[in-house]
Amino acid sequence: MAQATQSLSSSSEKKKRSLSDYLLPGFFGLFVLFLYGPMFAVFLLSFQGPEGQLFFPMRGFSFHWIMAVFGPQRVGDFVTAFQRSLLLGLSIMVITVVLSVMAGLAFRYRFRGSNLIFYLTISSLIVPSILVSLGLGIVFNLLNLPIQWYSSALVGHLTWTLPFAFLIMLGIFGRFNPAYEEAARDLGASDRTTFWRVVFPLIASSVIGVGLLGFTLSYDEFTRTSLISGETNTLPLEIFGMTTNVTSPALYALGTLTTIFSFVLIGVALFAMQKLEQKQKQAK
Amino acid sequence: MTQSKALRPYLLAAPQTLVFLFGLVLPIAVILIVSFWNFNGIATTPGFTLRHYIGIFTSPAYLSTYINTLKFAFLVWLVCVLISYPVAYYLAFRIKSTKWQTILFLICTVPFLTSNIIRMISWIPFLGREGLINKALMGLQIVDRPVEMFLFSDFAVILAMVHLYCLFMIAPIFNSMMKIDRALISAAEDLGASAFNIQKRIILPLSAPGIAIGTIFVVTLVMGEFATMRLMSGGKSSSVGYLIKNQIDSLQYPAAAANAIVLLTLTLLIVFAILRVVDIRKQL
Repeated sequence: MAQATQSLSSSSEKKKRSLSDYLLPGFFGLFVLFLYGPMFAVFLLSFQGPEGQLFFPMRGFSFHWIMAVFGPQRVGDFVTAFQRSLLLGLSIMVITVVLSVMAGLAFRYRFRGSNLIFYLTISSLIVPSILVSLGLGIVFNLLNLPIQWYSSALVGHLTWTLPFAFLIMLGIFGRFNPAYEEAARDLGASDRTTFWRVVFPLIASSVIGVGLLGFTLSYDEFTRTSLISGETNTLPLEIFGMTTNVTSPALYALGTLTTIFSFVLIGVALFAMQKLEQKQKQAK
Repeated sequence: MTQSKALRPYLLAAPQTLVFLFGLVLPIAVILIVSFWNFNGIATTPGFTLRHYIGIFTSPAYLSTYINTLKFAFLVWLVCVLISYPVAYYLAFRIKSTKWQTILFLICTVPFLTSNIIRMISWIPFLGREGLINKALMGLQIVDRPVEMFLFSDFAVILAMVHLYCLFMIAPIFNSMMKIDRALISAAEDLGASAFNIQKRIILPLSAPGIAIGTIFVVTLVMGEFATMRLMSGGKSSSVGYLIKNQIDSLQYPAAAANAIVLLTLTLLIVFAILRVVDIRKQL
């Protein structure tokens, strides 16, 4: 009897397992559809004819709305907003990479206060974004510093990109074998040479990953920019402003363009990372 | 020489630490101070008053905004967990090849590197009055006129927030699940444990730290934001972030600061409550 129930339960278990074999991929597929479906809809709708609207069905097919983004605008200036966001993103990327690599190197030593610095850094992730915006606005005001996208918003973005970069760097250096460096030092290499010739090539592909993350987090950041970019807008602020007064597919066209830009960037970064990793494997 | 060696980690960690002292600690300190200052309807002057805090705790409008924010944080969290757990489980346990694991995880990640505002906008073709959902419902004759509830509703806010933030849940859960020793599962299977019991007794408890980290992220993100609330509810629903933003726009800095401090305290309480229940240190 006991045996019978056991075999019964194990056979029903097999059935359940095969059921989940269908359910899980199906669920995952639906999830991917949920992620990409809206993006794809916007992509399609931005290629409508001049009579296009915000909803399906598509009305005609043309590049009218895509071109409209580059033309003179009634509602905003995307090209300069894009330039600002690009420049800000690149600055954030460089600063984030440099500071987080330095901090990562520091955390390979044991030093007093390292715990405090660690918690200070990750606490930045759990402070609601609006506080950073509000607080930096007041600080810059009180210190009579200019409130601009390249000053206050820059600091605001760093408080968001650095903790991620720092955690990634800790992970990378945690897996890092110090024997390579010791070998280099034993052979008489200076600290600087050791870093650039030994350490850096080993972490290079991760550095690209951190750079990509820093750039995209900054390029898309809204809340931490919103109150402290001064009188000029970054691209996300410009698009947000546009949502209240634009009811044409120009909105979608802009979305399609920025999304394509992000995709290209991600593609290039992933390609570079893969190439570097291959090179490293060959070297080993 | 030895002295400079001892100083080295401090010098390396200093730039990043300075960013957080200036961009995080100082702003929060200033917000705390300003929250006690006077506001006469036009200007903010230094002083000490508890009026703004008393205002928050005695005004039904404010309190309902806080409850609303917590409600959204809870609902978004719940949906994120329900989606992320099976997705992470599928990726971690059902995909056997590392290459495919990486590819599928990247597919999940890429949309999160594109613009948040655009990702909100991309729901318009689906949720609007003339959107696809309404068309489908009318086509199937489930409703005879467009349902207004989709766009500009709590439903739209939750949908958009889940769409924006669920990666912050998937990634840590996936990370925890990848660390689970596969031998535990085979052992349990050999001893005749059911699939349900394996989930309940092994996988769920061991991925709890990932769920906890994801929860901290999602709750913090929802608590601190106002753009999704503004855009997707059409201004109908309010959150503390949105309230703070409105107060800043009307130059009521002390009231905004007091709300920011209460919001921060609330968020930290939630985070500490989670940390008391789940030990996340092994994940870092």
